[in-house]
This record gives sequence, structure tokens and C-alpha cells, in this order.
Amino acid sequence: MSNQSASSTAQAKLNSNGAGAAAVLTAGIGSFLVAVFAILAEKAPSIKSLMNFYKPTGPLSGVTTCAIVVWLAVWALLHWRWSSRNVEIGRVTAAAFILLFLGLLLTFPPIADLL
Amino acid sequence: MEITVRGLWTMIHGMGFGALYLMACSGALVELYRRYRSPLGPEIKLEDERFLRIYLAAMAVIAWITVLTGAYIIYPWYRAVPPPGTASLAAFPQRLLMSNPSTVAWHSIGMEWKEHVAWLVPISITMAAVVFSQYRRSLRIHPELRTAVLGFVWVSLLAAGIAGFFGAMLNKNAPVNGGAAIPLLHGEQK
Repeated sequence: MSNQSASSTAQAKLNSNGAGAAAVLTAGIGSFLVAVFAILAEKAPSIKSLMNFYKPTGPLSGVTTCAIVVWLAVWALLHWRWSSRNVEIGRVTAAAFILLFLGLLLTFPPIADLL
Repeated sequence: MEITVRGLWTMIHGMGFGALYLMACSGALVELYRRYRSPLGPEIKLEDERFLRIYLAAMAVIAWITVLTGAYIIYPWYRAVPPPGTASLAAFPQRLLMSNPSTVAWHSIGMEWKEHVAWLVPISITMAAVVFSQYRRSLRIHPELRTAVLGFVWVSLLAAGIAGFFGAMLNKNAPVNGGAAIPLLHGEQK
């Protein structure tokens, strides 16, 4: 009986799109955060020195570590909230792609320098 | 014929893991598109599904190894600051590029973009591997999720291509070299 119940819960999760939506949206957020932290470190000397987690690599170490830690934390949180739900996937994927393309564009130095 | 330790690490990072990732991308895109595009498509064999799950997980591992070796092994050699009075900048690639107006953009645009955009690759492919591992053939009944996974794998290919292109050009203009020399082959003078 408990096996049947576990199996039907697993099937319900596969039929819902929440877990996948959480992963897709947070991948967009993570990509965007790489660009945001890089720009902050570039523009503010105090943040730049704070991001110097590993001296030989310089601020890049802090920029990428912060982006990854926040990405994984938000992913865990959204997964917990959405995993057995159906969400409006069209809006979620649109937001994820916008964040991903912003991440791609804002890491390009001539565009980041315009900010 | 010999190679330095720094040259070898640069080769492992770029021509090894980086190039392997770029080649693996096309396989992942074809498989994800061909097998999972329609719920009415032919039956997917369990072993094929398992193969793609392992394939995507391996791509994620390769992507992480590539960015981590780049950021924590090669980049410190690239950005090393020469001691005052250093006559030759050959062992200091960033300073060598910045010392010449015709090469400075390889650093200020090329390396500055490469060092950040490359991190979009492991983020995207980790998401793709996890989503595929969770949903497998159920992706056929979630076309938006499948499209999102495909889109992120495409962008990871683009980001890896940008990083790979600038990596190759930077190493052409200011190679990361130094450390002990490793003899590869002995030739003869003719």
C-alpha cells in the first residue's frame, strides 16, 4: 500500500511541471546573477575587494561563488515550493530566457560599460 | 619538442575539456530534439534514456571541470603581476596584452567576457541534466520544459563557443607558458 502511495506521488510529480519550472527559472536567475555580480564588482571598489575570495583569481572568485551559491539556494527554495504543483510554464520559461539573454549580454564588456 | 606545465594545463582546459564539451553539445541537442519532440513518437528504450541521462550528467561534470580549471589554475597565471623592473612580459600574458594598443582589446573585451560568460555553461547544462533526469520520457508531455532545456543547451553551446574562441585567440596572442618543461619527443637536426 505504501509502495503504491509512493509510486503515485512520484507519478504526480512527473505530471506536474513545478520541479522543472523551478530548475529552468533558477538557471536563468543564476546566469543573470553572474553578470550582476560582475558589474557590481567592476563599478564599486568596495564590492570588488569584498569579492576577492581567493587572491590569485581575484574578484572573479567571489563573483562566481556568490552567483552559484545564490542560484543553488533559490533553486532549493523554489523546488521545495513548486515540486508538486503545476505552474504557468509559459511565463516561467519566458522569464528564464529573458534572464539568460540578459546574462549573456551584460557579461559583454562594451554593454556592461554602458551602465 | 617540449611543453611547459602551464602550457599543458592550458591545453587540458581548452583543447581537452572545453573542446570535448563543444563536441558533446551537438549530440545532446540532436538526442533531445529527435527523441522527445512528440508524445506520439516511437517508444523510447530504457537503455537509450539511461544513456542520455549519463551523457548529460557527464557534460555537466565536464563543464564544471572546465570553468574551475580555468578560473583557479590558469587564470592566476594569466593575471600574474610582474615584479618591478621585469624586462620581458612573456610570462605575464595579461600585462603583455595590455602593453600594446593593438592587443589590449583581447584582454579588455576578450578575457573580460570569457571569464564571466563561461559560467553560464555549467549553470545551463546542470539544469538540463537535472530536468532530464527527473522527467525523462515525461518530457514528451511537457513540451515547454523540453523547449526550455533545448534552449538552455543551445545557449550553453554559444557561451562555450565564445569562451573557446577567445581562449584560443588569447593563447595565440599571449600564451600562458612557464613552469617546468616536459619533453614530448626528440627530433633530429637536418
